[in-house]
Amino acid sequence: MKDLLPSAIKNKEKRSEVHAKLKHQKKLERRRRPRPVPRTIENTRELDETVCKPDDEELFAGNDADEFSCILKEERTPKVLITTSRFHSSRGPAFIDELISVIPNAHYHKRGTYDLKKIVEYANNKDFTSIIVVHTNRREPDALLIIGLPSGPTAHFKLSRLVLRKDIKNHGNPTNHQPELIFNNFTTRLGHRIGRLIQSLFPQDPNFRGRRVVTFHNQRDFIFFRHHRYIFETKESKEPESKGKGKKEVAKTQEKVITRLQECGPRFTLKLISLQHGTFDTKGGEYEWTHKPEMDTSRRRFFL
Amino acid sequence: MQHDEVIWQVIRHRHCSFMAKIETGIFCRNPYNVTGICNRSSCPLANSRYATIRDHGGVFYLYMKTIERAHMPNKLWERVKMPRNYAKALEIIDKHMIYWPKLLVHKTKQRLTKMTQMRIRMRKLALKTREKIMTVPTKQKKREARREEKAEKAALLEKSIEKELLERLKKGVYGDIYNYPVDKYNEILDKEEVGKATISEDEEEEPVIEYVEGYEELEEEDDMEDFGGLAIKEDYDNDNLDDDDDDDDEEEENASVAYKRGRKSSARKLAKEEQAAKSKKKIKVQVEVEHEDAVERQRAVY
Repeated sequence: MKDLLPSAIKNKEKRSEVHAKLKHQKKLERRRRPRPVPRTIENTRELDETVCKPDDEELFAGNDADEFSCILKEERTPKVLITTSRFHSSRGPAFIDELISVIPNAHYHKRGTYDLKKIVEYANNKDFTSIIVVHTNRREPDALLIIGLPSGPTAHFKLSRLVLRKDIKNHGNPTNHQPELIFNNFTTRLGHRIGRLIQSLFPQDPNFRGRRVVTFHNQRDFIFFRHHRYIFETKESKEPESKGKGKKEVAKTQEKVITRLQECGPRFTLKLISLQHGTFDTKGGEYEWTHKPEMDTSRRRFFL
Repeated sequence: MQHDEVIWQVIRHRHCSFMAKIETGIFCRNPYNVTGICNRSSCPLANSRYATIRDHGGVFYLYMKTIERAHMPNKLWERVKMPRNYAKALEIIDKHMIYWPKLLVHKTKQRLTKMTQMRIRMRKLALKTREKIMTVPTKQKKREARREEKAEKAALLEKSIEKELLERLKKGVYGDIYNYPVDKYNEILDKEEVGKATISEDEEEEPVIEYVEGYEELEEEDDMEDFGGLAIKEDYDNDNLDDDDDDDDEEEENASVAYKRGRKSSARKLAKEEQAAKSKKKIKVQVEVEHEDAVERQRAVY
């Protein structure tokens, strides 16, 4: 005859035994039950029909006819002109120095009081492939304008959370090897285009021996930039049972390959404000995409 | 009756709504004032005969008032359009104010000069591009900052970078730059152990690796010495140094043929990996034999 409640047993020892048994059973059951997947904003993102599908013919055709296809197919090596807005002070120059160390083949020219359109002409004459304009506001770099050349699109980004190399603890020093690129999460057509635009700033033949990686990670329309040096190591970890990867039957020590990263170079986030079809022309330009405040109304809708 | 003096006394000592007192002086906001300063001689209200230059849409007009029209506020100010030419405008002023007090004429001409200069400058500036300051509402700024912070937390950056790099390593994008990591090598070894597609040679060699450290090896070692002693030593040296130059050259060529970003089909890569593994494994087997043999020799000596 079983008691309905453990608390009905009068004998303390027996009662506590039964209680402990029940608890243990519950624990095992919980472990056996698969953990439900939590809902995140990425899971519940609003469906976007412009998401690139992996076998989209139109996408590949579009890519070939793109402004960046020359550079991305290695017909031209990227040559980048970095300049600033008219007022430039404090953290600006330091940031530009770091940009020059990150992007190979980048040249810095002072702004003077030239119109941007004249600068674009000048760059075209000198065979640059892109222009980056760093805009400073209140003594902090504030916005980044990336102009592809010769007639390429202009992307205006808002720059925030800039951390310079000297402010990073245990930072590494980057070398001159050409970096490897990682682009994460650029899913929609617009995101893909922006990804290619940024990709065209860098040369397309990375030097793997240099072990330098530059990452642009898109999360909820914020593009995070990181610059690391990496190294592969094998780590031993003792495990009682072998998990899926190691097919050893008896595995006492499991060796895993892990990557270790050392951060070097600046760290910042970009947010796209507008993408214009031609070169910089605020009055007469054709905008492909502009950020409007009404786009912020939904928390689960992202465009990149 | 128009008593300028009385008007001035009242205005100045009581209250004038056009007067603006700031730390550098007393100014007059009256649009008809010629100098802009609150003065007995510059006050348009306290002077019944007065003249001014005013600017409407880039065109200058000479305004004059006389005491004869003081009782008709509607028709008080007489307006004359000024020509664009500065010299001609001065002549016009002279012509209209020919019998007027010199001070007033002088002040009017000064005003004309100043306004012409300003007009020139404004037109030059309008041709140049200037940066326009756009304001962003604080609410939006704060919202963006908050969202950015959360996005950063949600994007496990270091993890995702590490994962991506490991995937690239697995796919073989790096060719054979890295010393073939021991565990991956063991993994592939174990794949053969479990009994997937294997060649019989492998199965025969395995007992050698595992346990038996005796006579069989001596026999094999003889063979290998006969056949390819040099080859063994080379490989041994190569494996000791971290840069497998010979191997690397071959592998790099292969890698460069393969598209570096890893878009090749994984099947080909696996095949290459397996080949590389097998070749290296064989080499390594030979190395092991020698190694153990060396140890054994030492033992024999002692």
